Amino acid sequence: MPARGGGALGKGLLGIYLTALVLLPIAALLTKASSGGTSAFWREITSPEALAAIKLTLAASAIVVVLNAIFGTIIAWVLVRDEFPGKRIVNSLIDLPFALPTIVAGLVLLSLYGKGSPVGINVAFTRAAVGLALLFVTLPFVVRSVQPVLLELDQSMEEAAASLGARPATVLRRIVLPSLVPAIVSGVALSFARALGEFGSLVLITGNLPFKTEVGSVYIFGQIQNDSLPTAAAVSVALLFVALVVLGLLSFISQRQSRHVL
Amino acid sequence: MSSSAQGAVSITPGAGIRPAQRAPASGSGRDERAARARRLGVRSVALGYLALLLLAPVAMIFYRTFEHGLAPVWSAVTAPNAQHSFWLSLEVVAIAVPLNTVFGVGMALLLERGRFRGKGLLGVLIDLPFAISPVVVGLALVLVYGKTGWFGDWLATNGIQVIFSVPGMVLATAVVSLPFVARETIPVLRELGTDSEQAAETLGASAWQAFWRVTLPGIRWGVVYGVVLTTARALGEFGAVSIVSGRIEGQTQTLPLYVQDRFENFDSTGAYTAAVVLALLALATLLAMNLLTRHTRKRTAA
Repeated sequence: MPARGGGALGKGLLGIYLTALVLLPIAALLTKASSGGTSAFWREITSPEALAAIKLTLAASAIVVVLNAIFGTIIAWVLVRDEFPGKRIVNSLIDLPFALPTIVAGLVLLSLYGKGSPVGINVAFTRAAVGLALLFVTLPFVVRSVQPVLLELDQSMEEAAASLGARPATVLRRIVLPSLVPAIVSGVALSFARALGEFGSLVLITGNLPFKTEVGSVYIFGQIQNDSLPTAAAVSVALLFVALVVLGLLSFISQRQSRHVL
Repeated sequence: MSSSAQGAVSITPGAGIRPAQRAPASGSGRDERAARARRLGVRSVALGYLALLLLAPVAMIFYRTFEHGLAPVWSAVTAPNAQHSFWLSLEVVAIAVPLNTVFGVGMALLLERGRFRGKGLLGVLIDLPFAISPVVVGLALVLVYGKTGWFGDWLATNGIQVIFSVPGMVLATAVVSLPFVARETIPVLRELGTDSEQAAETLGASAWQAFWRVTLPGIRWGVVYGVVLTTARALGEFGAVSIVSGRIEGQTQTLPLYVQDRFENFDSTGAYTAAVVLALLALATLLAMNLLTRHTRKRTAA
């Protein structure tokens, strides 16, 4: 009975599909990461190169999501509250980083901000390149989570506050932002998870220099190429753990905050 | 991503909401001028940011591709390896996307209509690929289906090669694009409700008939939207496919892998041309998303 959630055959096939695609691979990953015991796992993720890559990933992702929170909210605001010619096109372009293959994103940034840049900015092979690529690929998350909330927001509260003499900054801080916080937080969570695992857009523009521009996913890739699968698996599990903790934590905050606002 | 879809669906430019207007009674000319200046300032920050981060770089790649005329672009497009990688990409997409469509609709039905233990776990499993790095997806697949993986011996004795060949690339592509169809279908399914399905069954329709005649027509735009997102992601997948394919030139090189290969071999025209082909496909995706959301809006408005 498909309408009631699938017949036995359908459920069985679905179970096999998910097991083959997700369950078994994750189980294999966890098994490989823990094959040498806790001390080996710890050794793998605290080796100087791994640690540098993990630290860079976390720091770059943190900086990028803060910028996303600020610019994403501003962009969402302009797309909802402002009127200007071409707004429709700008609105659809926001999704471009989702639609554009990551390797193309990297090449696109490199063509303007790399060697031989027509604007004289060359960030190739620097840490700024890591941030730039991450900003590009995570751009839509905050915009797309704040936009619908802003659209639903009742403007009469803001008008009331303004007519009672509140300055625009006060209206923004006391009325608008509190309602937007849950949406901003959930956009930030998605950006952060995406930034932690990003790979394709970083490959060409960062040069993958150990201790300098090598992020976690690039380090994992290198270990796989060297056939050091246990090392690759350990760092993978560490990054996955951070991503899940952050996603869980931020969804908790955003739920609490929205209850508080209501 | 469901958030993007929600945004795209509900954003109607100029949907009755105008920039806040001060009540004329208290609004002196100076207040209004200050408000306009503020609005212009915020607008320039937003548009400037988008121009620098998004628009200018994307425009630049088109310029770089065509700056030496059409002849080099043509020879880059017709290079045998470029052709091969293009068709290989299409082949992988043509297998992975239908699989994810059928199973995605199934997962959505199960999550939204089914009642069983472990439903929460199923939801987490479906969303997991969004939280995992593509590189980690590739690694996890190698650990199961690779030569030294869990099924390595069994696959080898039966003469099946998964890793470093097309089946592995299809698997990797399917994993990274797994959540889209289910995530886009679930909200539509919820909105549809079960009333008409139950009515159909009361009138004597079998469950299959109810699904084909009532449920599927009701959710089709959600499914199609999910398929568009799945296709875009599948076509552009890089990290996971990079690991499981082995990147063998002319054999297991998809179009995104070809971009990297050309770039690293100092063939920038080849890299830029292939990238522009992918960028055009991405723009086509955006266009399709736009048309689809307009379609759903019209339907809900009517």
